[in-house]
Amino acid sequence: MTKQTSPFANAQGARTVTLSVQSWVGAQSNVAVASYILEHELHYRVDTVQVDEVPAWDALSQGRVDAILEDWGHPDQEKRYVEDKKTIVSAGGLGVTGHIGWFVPTYFAKQHPDVTDWKNLNKYAKQLRTPESGGKGQLLDGSPSYVTNDKALVKNLHLDYQVVFAGSEAAQITQMRQFAKQHKPYLTYWYQPQWLFKKVPMTEVKLPAYKEGCDADADKVACAYPKTPLQKYLNAGFSRNGGAAARLLKKFHWTLEDQNEVSLMIADQKLSPDEAAKKWVDGHRSEWKQWLS
Amino acid sequence: MTAATAPARATGAFAPLRATGRRRAAAKLLVLAVLAAILVPLAEAHWSGGTWPDALTVDVSGPLGRASDWIIDNRDSHPLFLYFFGYISNAVVVCVHAVYLVLLAAGWAGVAAGAGLIAWKLAGFRLALTTAVAFVLCGLLGMWVPTMQTLALMVVAVLASVLVGGVLGLAAGLSDRVHRALRPILDTMQVLPAFAYLLPVVLVFGIGVPAAVLATVVYAAPPMTRLTALGLRGADEGVMEAVASLGATGRQRLLTARLPLARGELMLGVNQSIMMALSMAVIASVIGAGGLGDRVYQALASVDVGAALAAGIPIVLLAVVLDRTTAAAGERLGSGGAAGAGDGSRGAARGPGGWFRLLRGWPGWLLVAVLTVAVAAAMRLAGRQEWPGSWEVDIAEPVNRAVDWMTGHLYTGVPYIGGTADWAGHFTTWVLDPVRSGLQWLPWWSVLLVVAALAWLIGTWRTALTAVLAMAVIGVLGVWNSSLDTLSQVLAAVVVTLVLGFAVGIGAARSRRLEAVLRPVLDVLQTLPQFVYLIPVVALFGVGRAPAVAAAVVYALPAVVRITTQGVRTVDTAALEASRSLGATGGQQLRQVQLPLARPALLLAVNQGVVLVLAVVIIGGLVGGGALGYDVVFGLAQGDLATGLVAGAAIVCLGLMLDRVTQPTERRAGKEA
Repeated sequence: MTKQTSPFANAQGARTVTLSVQSWVGAQSNVAVASYILEHELHYRVDTVQVDEVPAWDALSQGRVDAILEDWGHPDQEKRYVEDKKTIVSAGGLGVTGHIGWFVPTYFAKQHPDVTDWKNLNKYAKQLRTPESGGKGQLLDGSPSYVTNDKALVKNLHLDYQVVFAGSEAAQITQMRQFAKQHKPYLTYWYQPQWLFKKVPMTEVKLPAYKEGCDADADKVACAYPKTPLQKYLNAGFSRNGGAAARLLKKFHWTLEDQNEVSLMIADQKLSPDEAAKKWVDGHRSEWKQWLS
Repeated sequence: MTAATAPARATGAFAPLRATGRRRAAAKLLVLAVLAAILVPLAEAHWSGGTWPDALTVDVSGPLGRASDWIIDNRDSHPLFLYFFGYISNAVVVCVHAVYLVLLAAGWAGVAAGAGLIAWKLAGFRLALTTAVAFVLCGLLGMWVPTMQTLALMVVAVLASVLVGGVLGLAAGLSDRVHRALRPILDTMQVLPAFAYLLPVVLVFGIGVPAAVLATVVYAAPPMTRLTALGLRGADEGVMEAVASLGATGRQRLLTARLPLARGELMLGVNQSIMMALSMAVIASVIGAGGLGDRVYQALASVDVGAALAAGIPIVLLAVVLDRTTAAAGERLGSGGAAGAGDGSRGAARGPGGWFRLLRGWPGWLLVAVLTVAVAAAMRLAGRQEWPGSWEVDIAEPVNRAVDWMTGHLYTGVPYIGGTADWAGHFTTWVLDPVRSGLQWLPWWSVLLVVAALAWLIGTWRTALTAVLAMAVIGVLGVWNSSLDTLSQVLAAVVVTLVLGFAVGIGAARSRRLEAVLRPVLDVLQTLPQFVYLIPVVALFGVGRAPAVAAAVVYALPAVVRITTQGVRTVDTAALEASRSLGATGGQQLRQVQLPLARPALLLAVNQGVVLVLAVVIIGGLVGGGALGYDVVFGLAQGDLATGLVAGAAIVCLGLMLDRVTQPTERRAGKEA
């Protein structure tokens, strides 16, 4: 089908870049800073589209969006679009390494230091019980768009736990904050980079170490999640003809601390993404100037 | 929309009827018992065990996966996409773009003035003022641009819905065969959760506005079709005969008699289409529709209730304004005052005369157009086209503080009554768990039997067959257990909704003041996008099935309250007078006269409660409700056509079954907006 942009783009004759935003705040931060620089330094108009990861790949291949700035690894999609169809090209790393794991709040880990090893988790199942988890302990999982092996992990590691899917990141965060307010123990699937660690300190629970290929069979997984250097992807046509905007997005590269700083402003201090981006941009001039060169 | 005037069967005069009814019910049960006695041992012998037997399931994930791959591989080359879907998609983009440009060119003042003037023309001065104020409020909330984007999308989607729905309705109104063929399709379109068909639409059209508009049309066209057909079919026989005797041809009869007679229904159809389309505004944002829905959805990502509300309020305002305006226009048209929308040329003026009379019909519309253009041009010359940023009021922060305070204080440790978290816990352990394990423990054939018995007692053998087949399809699709999980949540939510709804509704029927206070609250609850209360619901009830039930109750309650109020209030006044003269107290009147007489309305309330609760199952999936709702969301998020569509189909079947089991009358009275 022919390529179309949004009917709201180019409404008043400006050059437009369309970025996809995923539901977590880190992704919002990338987009906020990139849009701020695109708008104020390069004078583009930026449209953002909120869309889940897999549909975002699909949209990227069709040119409905121009870029994904934070991808957590989708081998199927990469094979289909980057290798076979060549409609999407890699734009290098974001500079941030993602990590998924199981976490307990630090106040709980301090009281019971041995909870941080998966071998001892069954001892605590009773304390981590909720009405929703039946007689077992609750392992809180998040949005259906996340990469997760938790059901298989619970089964294969013989843990007395029930995976409860919060269904959305918003619900999961809200629940964790309520638990933290009351100093209640909980066990959750969670990931870095994440602003919530600054508000609710959490300690990771050690799972059996990750080895290359130990997660190949989805039903037999019994190891931790890998560390994922987060990647950027551009639409192939945009990468060729996108001019200054495409050059900037290829060079866009920052650190975990940078991203968390912006995320915290958005999610906790409730600044608008644009205001948060402005604050960061004002404070880190030397860093982003390189992206423009 | 209620059927409150139907004769009440509970009064003494009908006693013999009731006796035969009882005898017939016994006969039906006997037949079922005999059938069960023959079939159940057979089934048990073949497939023992409680849940649906594996041998009777069909795995559709293979073909669906292949279909989705085929679409992705052929999307850019196959003629079907290039010359059919491609053109549709382009047309949508061009239309939305055009409307959006017009709105931008008019500037904020032009839009507010134009909308106000149109409302004045259609519905009078008060609504004109409300409309203008509503638009200004959208600007004050800092939502002007998103509001215009949503409006542009809505205009195109509603026009398309009215067009498609109108044509289908015309066919169904004139031909019985089309009418019969369309009914199941319309039922499916309305019950299938929008989330389930977002994915196929996205596969074909890609994310963005075309997909969003099409998904909206699928959802918003059915009421237009139903009401058009209803209007055409309901044309007064006498008038039709008179027209025929004058020698009018078929087409003349349609244009001069049937359509004009159906004006009221047509306008109600437009009104309903608008309301349905608006309720899709947020859901469509999940696939990149932009506008207000996108703002609500993005606010969710940073767990910001205040920002979500700031984007949700304009949706409520648009809904209230459009609803009131089109409803008022419909009433004027339906009552035969021919002046107004669409055909001003035949303006048979009535009402207070003078120059005002001149403004009925096309001169009025001309005035509206001239004034709007004048305002827009003036603002353009003054360079004040865009909404001034300094005129924005930030409500997000105070709202967030209020929500934090509320959830902080109510969550737990409230003296005597316990916190909301405790209630949620008890509700889960004492109600949801037993109902779910009870349903899942029942052998599958006994579930089918219960469904058959309930549906047959309340309707005909056809209703029973439909209901049983719907349940069987769920089993065949291989989602028996999660469907029963969802069913348990739906049942619990319906019971809570009905208890609350009947109580509030009866209260409102007995006190005009309470009703007046309730009206705006119900309006807001009905039109506020459900995504806005996702976070507060979790903050109060924790993650799980309890918040899912709470969200469903919030959504379904207004319709139940409204139908109950109306039903109880419109009870035959003569019967009330009679009972009062016999010395009945208020309570006795309520129990022995009003409630029995309002029985049809109450049954409709039950039916609507069920349908609406089921519509929020998806939202339940977003707050930890699990089961089918989660599967549908999962399907969309992971691009997994099989999981999403199967779960969606199961929800449709549950809806069909529940509808048949709770719907005693032959036809339902249209879906509440």
